[in-house]
Amino acid sequence: MKTKEKKANGKLTNGSHTTGDVFELRLYVAGQTPKSLTALANLKRICDAHLKQEYRIEVIDLVTHPQLAQGDQILAIPTLVRRLPVPIRKIIGDLSNVERVLVGLDIRGPSAPIAKAETA
Amino acid sequence: MKQIRNANGQAKSSFSLAGLGKAPTGISGLDEISGGGLPRGRTTIVCGGPGCGKTMLGLEFLVRGIEEFGEPGVLLAFEETPEEMTRNFASLGFDLKGLSDKKKLFLDFMRIEPSEIHETGDYDLEGLFIRLQNAVDSVGAKRVVLDTPEALFSGFSNIAILRAELRRLFRWLKDRDLTTVVTAEQGEGTLTRHSLEEYVSDCVILLDHRIQDQISTRRLRVVKYRGTKHGADEYPFLIDDSGLSVLPVTAATLNHKISRDRVSTGISDLNTMMQGKGYYRGSSILVTGTAGSGKTTLACHFADATCRRGGRCLYIGFEESTDQVFRNAASVGIDLSPYVKKELLFHQAWRPTQYGMEMHLLRIHKLIDTLKPESVILDPISNLIGSGTQRDVRSMLMRLIDFLKEKGMTTLLTAMAKGGDNLEGTEEQISSLIDTWILLRDIEQSGERNRCLYILKSRGMAHSNQLREFVITSKGIRLLLPYIGSGQVFTGSARLAQEARDSAESLVRKQTIERKRYELQGKRRELDAKIAKLRAEFEAEEKQMEMLIHQAQNVEHRLEVDTEEMAGSRQAEVSAGPKNPKHVNGAQR
Repeated sequence: MKTKEKKANGKLTNGSHTTGDVFELRLYVAGQTPKSLTALANLKRICDAHLKQEYRIEVIDLVTHPQLAQGDQILAIPTLVRRLPVPIRKIIGDLSNVERVLVGLDIRGPSAPIAKAETA
Repeated sequence: MKQIRNANGQAKSSFSLAGLGKAPTGISGLDEISGGGLPRGRTTIVCGGPGCGKTMLGLEFLVRGIEEFGEPGVLLAFEETPEEMTRNFASLGFDLKGLSDKKKLFLDFMRIEPSEIHETGDYDLEGLFIRLQNAVDSVGAKRVVLDTPEALFSGFSNIAILRAELRRLFRWLKDRDLTTVVTAEQGEGTLTRHSLEEYVSDCVILLDHRIQDQISTRRLRVVKYRGTKHGADEYPFLIDDSGLSVLPVTAATLNHKISRDRVSTGISDLNTMMQGKGYYRGSSILVTGTAGSGKTTLACHFADATCRRGGRCLYIGFEESTDQVFRNAASVGIDLSPYVKKELLFHQAWRPTQYGMEMHLLRIHKLIDTLKPESVILDPISNLIGSGTQRDVRSMLMRLIDFLKEKGMTTLLTAMAKGGDNLEGTEEQISSLIDTWILLRDIEQSGERNRCLYILKSRGMAHSNQLREFVITSKGIRLLLPYIGSGQVFTGSARLAQEARDSAESLVRKQTIERKRYELQGKRRELDAKIAKLRAEFEAEEKQMEMLIHQAQNVEHRLEVDTEEMAGSRQAEVSAGPKNPKHVNGAQR
C-alpha cells in the first residue's frame, strides 16, 4: 500500500471572485505516482493560463479514500472531474494534451485564447 | 478452432500431481462436469452470445458461494446497475440486497460512458483496482465476478494501455487467491470478442443458446480446464425459477444397484404372467402398441398399484390432460384422484413441443429430484419426437432411463407403434435399454378388432410366453386365457364361436365313446353266456360218463359177488370141494 500523501483530499483554491462561473474541479489520483504529480502540475498550469474565473481544485487520493471512487465512477487514474459548472465532465490521463483538456473542460471564450496558451 | 485444439492439448496434461483446488459453484450439474467446481484462486471465463446466461451463471456462483459455502463475494458490474441487477435476480429468488446488507456481497457498478471520457495523456486503471480492493476488503471476499470487463473496450480508446491493465488485473486477482468468473461476449470465430482468453487460460466455459425447429436449447461446454479432467461434451442446461441447472448426462457407466424386489403391475393376470409377482423394482418397462390398444390404461393400473401400496408415482403425460386421464381411468374402474389428494400421485401434462428435448429432460430430472417418486410413467414417449430429432430423443431417453435406474425408480414408458409395419421395433430405438417389454397388438378377425398382450421380453424372470387376450372391462384390464385352435389364436366372438364349436364336437365324441362302451359290454355278456352254455354241456356229458363208469363198476362187482356166492353154495354140497379145484373142475366137466 502506498503511504498517505499530504495533499490528500486537501483543497487548493486559487483565483479571484470576479466572475460568476465557479469552476469546481476534482482530481482523482492514487498515491504520489509520477503520473499523478504530472497531472496536478499540468492542471494548475492550465487553470492559471486559461481560467479567468474562480476555480477550486480538490485532489482526492483513492489510496487513502478508496470509497470515494464509486461516487464519480472513477476507473482510470488520473481522472479530472469538472463538477461545476454543470454538466459534469470527465477527462482522464495526465493532462499533457492541453488542447484536449480545454475541449474536455469546455474552456473557451475570448479571454482565454488557445493560441496564447500554446505559446506560453 | 485454435481454442479447441488448446483444450485438447490441456486434457493430455491433466494428470497433475497435486490436485487443483476447486471452488464448488453449487450449480446443480456444473460441479459434476467440472470435477468439483471452478479452479480455486484462478479466473474462469464464461463466454457466450447475448442472453445465453453468462451473468446468471456468475451471479449464481456468487450467491451460492455465500449461502452454501460461506464464501463472500464481489460483483463488479459494467453493464447493469446494482438496483437493476437486484430487481432482475429477485425473480429467481436471489436476494442480492439482503446479502449486501449482511455484508456478504458487495455490488459495485462501473459505469462507462464513452462520451464522458476524454483522454488527455497517459493513464492507468488504478481506480478500478482500488475499487476492487475496497470491495474485496469490505466483505472479505473469496469470489469475484466481473461482468463484463469487455465494456472497458468501448470506453477507452488506448488499447495498448487497456490490454496491459487487463493483464495486470487478472494477475492481481490470481495473486490474491480470488476465485473469479469473468463473463465475455462471444466473438466471431473467437471465444470472446476481445480475446480475453489470451489473459486467462485456466478455465473457459462456453454457453450457447441454440434454436432448432423454433425451440431453443441452452448448452454448456467446458472448453478448457487447465490441470484437471472435465466432461468435454456439450451439456444442456436450464434457467428456471431456481437458477441454473446443468444436466450431467451420459454417465457412461453401467453399474446401477439392482433390486430383486418385485412390484405389482396392477393387473393380477399380468402379475401371473410374470411368475405371479410383477415387474422388478427399478426396472424399465416399455409398453408399445398401436393407437387405442390400451397403453394408457395399463399405465394407470401401474400408477394405481404404486399408490395403493403407499409409494409415490410421477405420471407425465404428453398426450392427455390430467383431467382426461383421470376420467378415462375412472371409466375402467381405476380411481386415481384420491391419490392426488394424498400426495402420492403427481400427474403432469406437458405438450411435447412446449420445450426442447433437453428442457423436458431437465424438468423431469428436477421433478424427480424434488418428489423422489417410486415409479415414473412417461406416456407416451413417441410424442416427444416432435420436439427433437430422432437422435436427440434417443439420447435423451437413454440418459433418462440411465438416470432413473441409478435412482432405483421403476419406469414405465409407453410408445406408439405405427400400425402395420414391424411392431417389434420402436421408433425411438430404445428397446435395447428396456428390461421388460410388453407388446399390445390388435388382431382383426371376423369383422372385429381385439386386443392381445404379449410379453416380448422380461429380463431376469421366467415370464409367460403366451399371447393373451386383453379385455378392458369396467373393472379394469383382464387377461383371458389363450384360446388356440388350429394353430391360431381366437379372440372376441370368434373365440366364443370356436368355443361353442369345440364343445359340440366334444359332446359328439363323448357320445361315441359311451356307445362303444355299451357295445363292448353287450359283447362281454354274450361271451359269458356262451362260456356258461359250453360249461353246462360239458358238465352234463361229464355226469353221464361218470354214471356209465359207475354202472360198469357195479356190474363187475356184482359178478364177482355172484361167483363167490355160487362157490359157497357148491361147497355146502360137496365138502372140501373148494380145496381141490381140479376136482371141482373135473366134476364140472
